[in-house]
Amino acid sequence: MSLSLSGPGLWYATRATGLVTLLLLTAAVVLGVLTAGRFSGPAWPRFLTIGLHRNISLLAVAFLALHVGTTVVDSYTSIGLTDAVVPFLSSYKTFWLGLGAIACDLFLAVIVTSLLRQRLGHRAWRAVHWGGYLCWPVALVHGAGIGTDAARSWVFYLTIGCVGAVAGALAARIMSYWPERKLLRVAVVMAALACVVSAWTMAARHGL
Amino acid sequence: MSVPEGLKAPEASGDTEFGRGRPMTAVVATRSSGGMRPRLLAGVSPGGPTGLVDHERSFGPLPLGWHPRRVIDTVERSGLVGRGGAGFPTGRKLRSVAAGRRSAAVVANGAEGEPASAKDRFLLTWTPHLVMDGITVAAQAVGATEAYLVLHHNATRLGAYLQAAAEARNVAGIDPVPIQVVGIPDRYTSSEQSAIVQFLSGGPARPTFAPPRPHERGVGGRPTLVNNVETLAHLALIARFGDRWFREVGAPSAPGSMLVTVSGAIGRPGVYEIAVGTPAGQVLMLAGGPTERPQAILIGGYFGAWLPAEVAWPVPMTHAALRAAGGALGAGIMIVLPESSCGLAETARVVRYLSEETAEQCGPCMFGLPALADALIDLAYHGGRGRAADQVAALIPLIEGRGACRHPDGATQLAASTLAAFGRDAAWHDRVGPCPGIRRRALLPVPAAAEGP
Amino acid sequence: MTHRLRVNPITCDGHGVCAELLPEIIRLDPWGYPIVPAADLPEDLIEPARLAAAACPTLALVVKKAPREDPEGRPPGRARRRHG
Repeated sequence: MSLSLSGPGLWYATRATGLVTLLLLTAAVVLGVLTAGRFSGPAWPRFLTIGLHRNISLLAVAFLALHVGTTVVDSYTSIGLTDAVVPFLSSYKTFWLGLGAIACDLFLAVIVTSLLRQRLGHRAWRAVHWGGYLCWPVALVHGAGIGTDAARSWVFYLTIGCVGAVAGALAARIMSYWPERKLLRVAVVMAALACVVSAWTMAARHGL
Repeated sequence: MSVPEGLKAPEASGDTEFGRGRPMTAVVATRSSGGMRPRLLAGVSPGGPTGLVDHERSFGPLPLGWHPRRVIDTVERSGLVGRGGAGFPTGRKLRSVAAGRRSAAVVANGAEGEPASAKDRFLLTWTPHLVMDGITVAAQAVGATEAYLVLHHNATRLGAYLQAAAEARNVAGIDPVPIQVVGIPDRYTSSEQSAIVQFLSGGPARPTFAPPRPHERGVGGRPTLVNNVETLAHLALIARFGDRWFREVGAPSAPGSMLVTVSGAIGRPGVYEIAVGTPAGQVLMLAGGPTERPQAILIGGYFGAWLPAEVAWPVPMTHAALRAAGGALGAGIMIVLPESSCGLAETARVVRYLSEETAEQCGPCMFGLPALADALIDLAYHGGRGRAADQVAALIPLIEGRGACRHPDGATQLAASTLAAFGRDAAWHDRVGPCPGIRRRALLPVPAAAEGP
Repeated sequence: MTHRLRVNPITCDGHGVCAELLPEIIRLDPWGYPIVPAADLPEDLIEPARLAAAACPTLALVVKKAPREDPEGRPPGRARRRHG
């Protein structure tokens, strides 16, 4: 039995859950970077960072499921369940949707290996976990390219905010990892600034 | 904190040059203790290394037809224990490796990371075929299909010579399992048993932590026997002359002979063969006696312990007796510290060296040993603040037993024995300041920093 | 059957999450690494210990079951010294 509904409600749901998933993924990546960097404060123990990182990731699974579900169920497009995990098969916005499938695959791999972490062992788990660094930008670009909302200014600024958050976290991590390498620190700050500046020029060019 | 510039020890100390990669000029002692005829040293001649022909003439041919179980039984009855420092019963080790399901591997550890020990290089230089005979006996006993002789890769001349010797034996059909000579990195922790096994299996030369142990799964997943080269040399003699012969010298609970390396303020530093259980003082007299009034003796090397000279003098050279006296036998290293030297300063430099030789894998060792070294240097060279000895004592329990291998434990044992043996000196240093002994030429050899693992 | 904590000192990276979650047993040394006693775990701390082991970022902390007659908490063979 195939379930298919139609109506603008589903389309809004798809876009909304997609955005929320992106936000949650961004938070998860930032918290992951903070975990690796042993971040802690007087009222912020390390297990809080780790706990939030895990729980937000699991919450992202839920929203990803809703995002995929509402898309599949919607009869407006012919996107099926397989298109959510096998990239570049759908005829609807083949490239951008394919990116979403890739991000989904990477994310599921990270989640499953993390749930089975103690059985897999640290080394195998870690190898797959690096895929998270690839999953996030792919998901971001998927949203930017496929979304009908991409042109809306608040969505755009939201996306820039996500980029800034991850870039900032990575910059801080790299700088604390190599405190002696002055040149590296300067390069990292430059790269972070370049990200923000190019995003701003893109916004200007689109007349936002 | 670093050692004050003018007080840095030279890289090799004394007239006898020990230390890695340096030519051996140790005294060749064919006179052993208490009238005991030389056993391991019987094949040694001052003219040069003993070749294959002379070796067979000295010892007779190596019997190879024995059933493995008979070899293991004989070794167990002999009471031979490992000569690399741990003193683990060799027969039991052979039995556990032989019990493995897969074909085994034999590794002869000739790396001798201890700078103050020279006996292993001595054996390999002057009577290598005895060691190689031992490897072959062990290989037969455990059913090995691979055999390795491991030494530091800086010892290029020795390595080349041993390679040629192994090839000559192979051509002559002596070794059913050809012996492969392998060079390992120079770092102290690289000569640890699990580090060698990991290196031979294709990994880095760093100690491992998790089970399985080498005798279950070692080189390439095979049950692996790792033995010090002196232990294997004894094996070669036991195979020829039997367990009852082996037990003719030594004590009933600690039989046989052993090699010791004697240095410091001693008349004739060098490698000597003694009966196990010979009192320490007698060994020192065999080596020419102390050149000055002795203050303390370091027995067991940098993983051993200091004992005040009068305490150490009558103690039999066995693992049990030295442990009971608060010391350790280790790999038979004895260094005599004269009255005019400062035991705190010598130990401080040694612990600084050990702190630079860690495998950099475990936090408590990587950070704890430099802190311990700093505290000891503070006590020895910058004393007079009243807290340094307590700092050393406080650090010891934070470091001991918290690494993957025994490297940090050796340093803490040395530091603890230093505080015990030189307690009055430590109190004086803390209250007043460094003693004049810190200016004396260094006695304990500290090589230059090694390369990475 | 008793339970004991054991930390792999090579894998341990000194994150210190275990000391936060199990302060009754684990404390940190001056360099940020956990000091894990070898004694048997009290019954009421076994579950928190399991949670702490699951939370370890490098899976260095494990809860091991040990037969009661083993008097020392050390893994077998730790007595073995360096030169074989």
